[in-house]
Amino acid sequence: MNASEPFLSAEDLACRRGDRILFAGLSLHVGPGQALHLAGANGIGKSSLMRILAGLLRPYAGSVARGGALALLDERPALDTHQPLGRALAFWARVDGTAHDRLERVSDNVGLGDLLDVPVRYLSTGQRKRAALARTIAQGAPIWLLDEPLNGLDTASVAMVERLVARHCADGGVCLLASHQPVAVPGLARLELAEFAR
Amino acid sequence: MMWAILRRDIALLLGGGRRGGALLPVLFFLAVAMLYPFAVGPDAKLLARTGGGVVWVAALLAAILPLDRLVEPDLEAGFFDQWALRGLAEEWTCSLRILAHWLSFAVPLMLATPIAAVLLGLSGDQLLTLEMGLLAGTPGLAALGVAVAAITAGLRGGAALAGLLVMPLAVPLLVFGAGSLLPGGTGGIALTGAVSLVLVALAPFAAGAAIRAARE
Repeated sequence: MNASEPFLSAEDLACRRGDRILFAGLSLHVGPGQALHLAGANGIGKSSLMRILAGLLRPYAGSVARGGALALLDERPALDTHQPLGRALAFWARVDGTAHDRLERVSDNVGLGDLLDVPVRYLSTGQRKRAALARTIAQGAPIWLLDEPLNGLDTASVAMVERLVARHCADGGVCLLASHQPVAVPGLARLELAEFAR
Repeated sequence: MMWAILRRDIALLLGGGRRGGALLPVLFFLAVAMLYPFAVGPDAKLLARTGGGVVWVAALLAAILPLDRLVEPDLEAGFFDQWALRGLAEEWTCSLRILAHWLSFAVPLMLATPIAAVLLGLSGDQLLTLEMGLLAGTPGLAALGVAVAAITAGLRGGAALAGLLVMPLAVPLLVFGAGSLLPGGTGGIALTGAVSLVLVALAPFAAGAAIRAARE
């Protein structure tokens, strides 16, 4: 495998929350251009797995390896709620070194181009989700970890997310998304977390 | 990248925004200096002898005021996670937060100290010693504040607990800082600075470890 190609793999992962083993013996590998849908009921450990893969949570057993930078979208948008959306996103653009016109393009892609003057706290649930998505995409990382990216989105926005994921993978990116909803992305592999549950 | 984060930290702590500004601790500090003469009476000698110590206590209490918005809101909103994903160690982001906290609470406080000195009838020499002591001691208070705020972030009643935790840990700063105001006690400034340096050196690691532990 080319060293510069993004990938994310996990070997024999186990996750313990409190006294409970949520899942064990989980291995996965996602290479460039591939997308994987982590499926399972609420509380089965999708978010914990996401955080383990992101390196934010220590696995109870097993190891994670990745090539390339990683962007995480979870239930917290990490945007300053008192700031207008444009400035809240611009903060992350400065941190990530994202060019201004790229940020504008991404904002338009997620349908927030008209809302950049609106303070983040006035945005609806779906709009905040899309704002967080804009932050994740604008980061420019080849590996996307999207934890419940479809929550709170209307049908048109769901299609938009599916389109963005498909395009990211077509460009050679890696995408893992956790969702209890069905996701329609061409070539999307599916991993049922229930198979590894204890 | 660091500059962008520091600028946001300062803007958050200094500016009004939703989390209250840096003006509140300063007003609190001045209010204490104003009320003290009412409480102990207008004896100028007594005020001049004890006034410096009161300024130090007021500075400590003013440093405690912004504790609950130092770390917890950003931890809850996911900022620390996002910084960690970008390869920024928590120690770095906490160091920036200490610097921002110091700039937003200590600098306004030191600017307000001459006013407090007038209210308490302190002499020019005393004011100079006081300002030097605050300059040496407030970085330690800022470091202590960020470390304790990180440790208590996410706990119920964390704000009250943070204040309780900071006070005993700030005793060395207070003893040496206020002690430097005694006749011939200016060596206390150096000791205050030493305690401050130790706290500034340790706090980012304590705060970073606390933030990582909060993820588990």
